[in-house]
Amino acid sequence: MNIHKIANHLNALADNSETGMIFDCQPISGEVDVLQITVIDREELPIFLSVTDDQILCITYLWGSEEVKPESIHQMHETMLEMNIPMPLSSFSKIGDKYVIFGALSINSTFADIEHELGVLNNNAIEIIDDMSEYLI
Amino acid sequence: MSIFKKIMTAIRGGATEVGEAIVDSNATRIFEQEIRDAENHLTKAKRDLTGVMAQQMAASRDVERIKREVVEHEGYAVQALDKGDETLALAVAEKIATLESELATQQQALDSFEGNANRLKELVKKSERQVGEYKRQLSMVKTTESVQKATSAITDNFSSSNSKLLNAKDSLERIKAKQQKFDDRMKAAELLESENSDNSLEAQLKEAGIGATDNSANSVLDRLKAKQK
Repeated sequence: MNIHKIANHLNALADNSETGMIFDCQPISGEVDVLQITVIDREELPIFLSVTDDQILCITYLWGSEEVKPESIHQMHETMLEMNIPMPLSSFSKIGDKYVIFGALSINSTFADIEHELGVLNNNAIEIIDDMSEYLI
Repeated sequence: MSIFKKIMTAIRGGATEVGEAIVDSNATRIFEQEIRDAENHLTKAKRDLTGVMAQQMAASRDVERIKREVVEHEGYAVQALDKGDETLALAVAEKIATLESELATQQQALDSFEGNANRLKELVKKSERQVGEYKRQLSMVKTTESVQKATSAITDNFSSSNSKLLNAKDSLERIKAKQQKFDDRMKAAELLESENSDNSLEAQLKEAGIGATDNSANSVLDRLKAKQK
């Protein structure tokens, strides 16, 4: 599995995706190949997908540390830890000063698995921002 | 230090700057080499095990064969005794004694092969677990590295395209607005659809002469006639 195969698959799906979402893929070149996947009408929350030796990582940036109300940061962390298990397929993490949610799949996942993962990740991201906006500036 | 701890220290230490390697790539290479070495040892141990197991099977066959021969010769000895041929019985007994000492030697060899095989099996299992564990740790290091490189690629992409990550709340508002627009469009389409179907129903009713009818010349005439009466 590599990002180009995934991009081709997702682009070919067009209106026929299981999730009802339309994906648009844009490869970003760098030391590690990254695929920027946007869901139509939800362009503000792109998913960044990269493939390592044994897994496929899908990451969506949520918000930066500077967007968190200083007095709410502890409460927010607690909520994130508590929500980590109930939230289907995705987990919270932090990259640099950005909070993210991500999903990791086996390198042997099928296209259907990947598509499902992307759909769930995107829905989770929107819901989480909505539910946690009380902690945000 | 565990790999977890090393990664944690590296991240906390601010090794998140673009281009700064989170884990010494030299250390990663050494670790990869160690895993390859361990795998080579494992392959060799498995080969040794195959050899020992083959010897074990051969020894086991020998032991069975000798046991059968002993039983066979004991039968001969009894038959010789039955016939009163003491000399022949003694000769057979000597043969049995030789077979029994051979059996003891082979049994000893078999036991030793079995011991070796079990030890090697245990070793292989342990080494396999060890290699699996090394690989898991290596995967953690490599994933951390890969995410870091991916992040720098994403950041570069954002700064080169002059776009930036939006504030989370703004993003949500925009997405919700688009969703609302979509929902509104859907609703409007549904409304239109239902109006159309209402119209067609009306038309059908009219055709059947049910409900409001057109003011036709005939109906006007009927009304005027009624007034005249």
